[in-house]
Amino acid sequence: MTERPLTGRMRPDGEALDIAGYEKAGGYQALRRALRMSPKEVQDAVSASNLRGRGGAGFSTGIKWSFVPMGASAPRPKYLVANADEMEPGAFKDRYLLEGDPHQLIEGMIISAFAIEAEAAYVFIRWEYQLGAERVQKAISEAYERKYLGSDILGSGFTLDIRLHTGAGRYICGEETALLNALEGRRAIPRQKPPFPQTCGLWGRPTVVNNVETLCNVPHIVLNGAEWYKKLSRSTDGGTKLYGASGRVKRPGLWELPMGTTIREILEEHAGGMCDGYRLRAIMPGGASTEFLTAERLDVKMDFDSVAAAGSRLGTGTMVVMDDSVCPVRALHNLESFFSRESCGWCTPCREGLPWVEKTLEAIEKGEGEPEDLEILGEHGSSLWVGRTFCALAPGAMEPLRSALALFKDDFERHISEKRCPYR
Amino acid sequence: MGKIYIENKAYEVNNGQNLLHACLSLGLDLPYFCWHPAMHSVGACRQCAVKQFKDESDTKGRIVMACMTPAASGARISIDDPEAKAFRANVIEWMMCSHPHDCPVCDEGGECHLQDMTLMTGHVSRSYRFRKRTYRNQYLGPFLNHEMNRCIQCYRCVRFYRDYAGGTDLNVFSSHDNVYFGRHEDGVLENEFSGNLAEVCPTGVFTDKTFKRHFTRKWDLQSAPSVCVHCGVGCNTIPGERYNELRRISNRYNGEVNRYFLCDRGRYGYEFVNGHRRLREPRQRGDGDDKRLTAKEAVIAAARLISSGKGAAGIGSPRASLEANFALRSLVGPDNFYMGVSGRDLRAITLASENLLNGPARSPSLREIEGSDAVLLIGEDVTNTAPVLALALRQAARNGPVTEASKLRIPFWDDGAVRTATQGMKGSFYLLAPYATKLDDIAKERYCASPDGMARLGFAIAHEIDKALPGVDDLPEDERELAGRIADGLMKAERPVVVAGMSLGSEPIINAAARVAWALCKAGKEAGLHYSFPECNSLGAAMLERKSLDEAFIAAGKGKHEIAIILENDLSRRLGPGYLEAIKSFRQIIVLDSIVTPASTAAGLLLPSASFAQSDGTLVNSEGRAQRHFKVFTAEAPVMESWRWISDIKKKLGIFGWGTINDITRELAKELPAFERLPDRWVGISGMKIARQTHRASGRTAVTAERTVFEPKPPEDPDAPFLFSMEGFHGQPPSPFIPRFWAPGWNSIQSVNKFQSEVGRALRGGDPGLRLIEPGHSLKEPSSLIIPPAFKRRKGEWLLVPIYHIFGSEEMSVLSPSVATLVPDPYLGLGAREAAIIGVRAGEELSVKVSGAVLRLPVRIISRLPEGLAGLPVLPDLPVLPLPGWCVLSKVKLSAA
Repeated sequence: MTERPLTGRMRPDGEALDIAGYEKAGGYQALRRALRMSPKEVQDAVSASNLRGRGGAGFSTGIKWSFVPMGASAPRPKYLVANADEMEPGAFKDRYLLEGDPHQLIEGMIISAFAIEAEAAYVFIRWEYQLGAERVQKAISEAYERKYLGSDILGSGFTLDIRLHTGAGRYICGEETALLNALEGRRAIPRQKPPFPQTCGLWGRPTVVNNVETLCNVPHIVLNGAEWYKKLSRSTDGGTKLYGASGRVKRPGLWELPMGTTIREILEEHAGGMCDGYRLRAIMPGGASTEFLTAERLDVKMDFDSVAAAGSRLGTGTMVVMDDSVCPVRALHNLESFFSRESCGWCTPCREGLPWVEKTLEAIEKGEGEPEDLEILGEHGSSLWVGRTFCALAPGAMEPLRSALALFKDDFERHISEKRCPYR
Repeated sequence: MGKIYIENKAYEVNNGQNLLHACLSLGLDLPYFCWHPAMHSVGACRQCAVKQFKDESDTKGRIVMACMTPAASGARISIDDPEAKAFRANVIEWMMCSHPHDCPVCDEGGECHLQDMTLMTGHVSRSYRFRKRTYRNQYLGPFLNHEMNRCIQCYRCVRFYRDYAGGTDLNVFSSHDNVYFGRHEDGVLENEFSGNLAEVCPTGVFTDKTFKRHFTRKWDLQSAPSVCVHCGVGCNTIPGERYNELRRISNRYNGEVNRYFLCDRGRYGYEFVNGHRRLREPRQRGDGDDKRLTAKEAVIAAARLISSGKGAAGIGSPRASLEANFALRSLVGPDNFYMGVSGRDLRAITLASENLLNGPARSPSLREIEGSDAVLLIGEDVTNTAPVLALALRQAARNGPVTEASKLRIPFWDDGAVRTATQGMKGSFYLLAPYATKLDDIAKERYCASPDGMARLGFAIAHEIDKALPGVDDLPEDERELAGRIADGLMKAERPVVVAGMSLGSEPIINAAARVAWALCKAGKEAGLHYSFPECNSLGAAMLERKSLDEAFIAAGKGKHEIAIILENDLSRRLGPGYLEAIKSFRQIIVLDSIVTPASTAAGLLLPSASFAQSDGTLVNSEGRAQRHFKVFTAEAPVMESWRWISDIKKKLGIFGWGTINDITRELAKELPAFERLPDRWVGISGMKIARQTHRASGRTAVTAERTVFEPKPPEDPDAPFLFSMEGFHGQPPSPFIPRFWAPGWNSIQSVNKFQSEVGRALRGGDPGLRLIEPGHSLKEPSSLIIPPAFKRRKGEWLLVPIYHIFGSEEMSVLSPSVATLVPDPYLGLGAREAAIIGVRAGEELSVKVSGAVLRLPVRIISRLPEGLAGLPVLPDLPVLPLPGWCVLSKVKLSAA
């Protein structure tokens, strides 16, 4: 049995671990240890662990923190924000952590805030995560009661307040700068970077935005050390990873496994393989905004660099499995409807390009496609790309489209030439 | 400055700017939408994509947005790169997905930035074949038409309205491809600068509603450079005319004055020129007679009247040009010439002009005010008296925060990042006002008091800066501390500006402002002193003549004058209800004016004058900048310019007249040293004359086709270097003579880029206008410098102060139908506490007894109006009273019946 630091102590009945249970299982010991360290030492430990951001971009957490101005001359207040706006289609890993072990997040946040000398922290949670919000709120209250939050935490002189903020339900709020705008009560549109949030974030102050899963890793690194953490992994990235599988697999679900577990192992051993009568066609390894990988790629390790080398992205690590009964055009139309609806409307290519893609896919699926449509889709695939759009939403939306146009070309062509969907 | 490389060619550019600014400043064509030279970059539209290369060996490059990329030394870009070009065409195509392509029926057509940019990218046909998105449009008031279907979502409108102009009731709603720009519900836009949306919007979403009522294409508008006449700021404008009707006003860039924006009074006040109150023919009245005269008869009648009595008095006007005033002065002789404002008002404007001349503080231009790092504003509700000055102050208040952002290495042009970094920060803007104003939101400190109270705080600030100056001994502790904080803020600045005005008629305020500015100068600051003068030529008038109306009446009372010649002046606005009695001191009155006014009803002889758009003339704005406006079209006979009437009368009287207005300018310059340099700028221009009409003007032979197919001979214009024709010079003339902004491929107002030395800086060859006032070297304290005693409220009496309204308080603009709809109903203003003490609620009527007049007015609660004060708006339906003054308020008793 491999170690499962993030999920190992969760209750089997699906109820949240309360503060007594959490403390009994060793909770808040990491905080005590961190408070005896200096912020720099905590940062160093996290850097040494090779913890990479679990929100999808995979940026080194330690390096991200190191950009925050420190010391007496740093602008104040500084903020830490937990990004719990998990809205990537196919992803439900943060939900599991929020609902099952909210104190683990709170402890991770307190330590991380300590590491960057922040005095205020927010949990920005997706509106639909009502149960998670309830449980996190309860955990915050419990933490205040036990003096893990508030002024002079455990007599250390460190002070932190955490507030829970429930989003209004926009995918773009998962983008950290749009999240900050939303948190400030503004329109949820991304901000130009640079300046990065670490120097100019929430209300213009130094801010770190970390994903829920990332923050949950922090107590374990502090408690057990970077070397232990790196050894959990089967790749160069440290730690374990919450992997998920959805689609027509026998046991859809979520598993905490060593970072770098192969797609095959996740799919066949943990998800139990494909449902009877269905064959695997392709997977999106990290949610809806990642490129399709076909069955030939099953032995790719699910870590940031390996998946990238295979032509996709680890993303959230929660894979969406597409079987051979699914019409790829229809699946793609479903995805692009989502992205098009979730565009914030700020930059032209995303605002106008995505609806065009969506309408084109709809026409093809309805048998009203025209031969030029493939060219139009292809052009959007390259013109809604990184650097041309304001943020990563549209490029993310183009990842499945670009790969689908290459992998399922025949399906597209048949839709157009036969003027119908061959899957119906 | 530094070198960047475009298509491998080296160019010198301003490194502090971004690549889009650099390319446009070099005269290169690079399309853009969301960027605006005054509002900078946000990177939303993605239209200005170029390819950037790391170094000479980089052949791949990457697409970047020029507006979001620093023009750093050594930067290498390509505009012509095929990939960049294709992407720019893509962006247009996306914008065109839902754009209705209704150019033939769109008011923007022919001056549409979207049209220009579309052509520039080469996009021709659209492959999008699905349904277009449509929106519901809104009623936004009398000034702007709303057509959301045309929107390309560049976000400029909300950035201008909210971020730049401080408005709150226009916003962006919804998201994805359903983004909507409008109000939360239909209604009149509240911001005083809303009209700029017509120019800020790159296409036809916001268009000029008044123009729509008498629409003509831009290329059919006849235009000439002009100057706004609706306040003392002197914004440069381009009035457009066709078929003897003034059709609209658009902005004329002047880097030192209004730059890119006008206020709504200036933009929409123009319709008085076409209005029913225009005087269109000479009239003679007397003994119950009201006779129409021809021009010739009128001149004879005037000459006869003038020679019939003893010494005719000439009464000038702060809304008439220097030349018209001087012409009248010359007709009656300097001894018999008076400036047509009350003694009190003339003392105030004279004092202000002397403070500018005598003290060490320079009167800054609007650009310099915009660039100042601390502002003290004393007692002037500039949003309502000099709106574009308020807009400049709003920008000045951002300089401190922008400097803070630069410490985070955020360039000033990265507008989104600057605003993120500086939210909640306030610049050093200190506001002293009699009541809450629209600039309160940007003030670091604000203080409401009586006029004397504000002056006292001003003197206290000066004392804090220079302890050698007398302090205000009996100032409460909290106000002394406030003075200290303000003094500190001003002293921390390098280029502080003190702004005050004459709208409260308070000499102590005028002096307190000067004293603060002078103390700052003494402390080594480059301090500016700006006075907001009430009318378009108030400062010019004060420089021309020191004798007021009071003296005219005294002289008439002593029998010196029997006849008065009143130039473009409604004396009822100067003298209040008593004017009818006062002008009886004269046996006969001759009035020259462009409009019928209450005062002109008393005139025996009325001569119709040309409006500002139909005449040339020089006006001196609050900065002390003399600016020439030129005839846009000729007045229809018998209407003539005032100076021409006077010249004709002179000739009839056998005295030498003038051939052109330039003869007057020259004579003025010779006679009065203050105007010595005037002719250098506008007189004696030789060479080919400039066409007032565009090279695309249409219908030149169709205009009179029912009579003749031959083109009528255009009117002559001996006064100015312009022709009433599409023939003539079409290139870029010297800046004072730019009749419109146009450049090949640039049909919209954005073409101003092509007329500037560097985008956003001076027009080529320098900005128009001539500064007539420079500071003196030795400090001469004004003789009337007295620190007033603290305000004491009186029992049963209230100090009534005037309250100004952008729409309503200015004489000419209220004659425009669109503006008239926004003039508030008369009211009496009271602070909430004061109203409670009296026992009245908003809307209930009070009787107001003041300077002999009794008014019955509903109460309006005025935020922060101090106790012991009441406010009376300056509105057309209310008498002009010498305010501030004490009044008695009493509840209106309901009659028993």
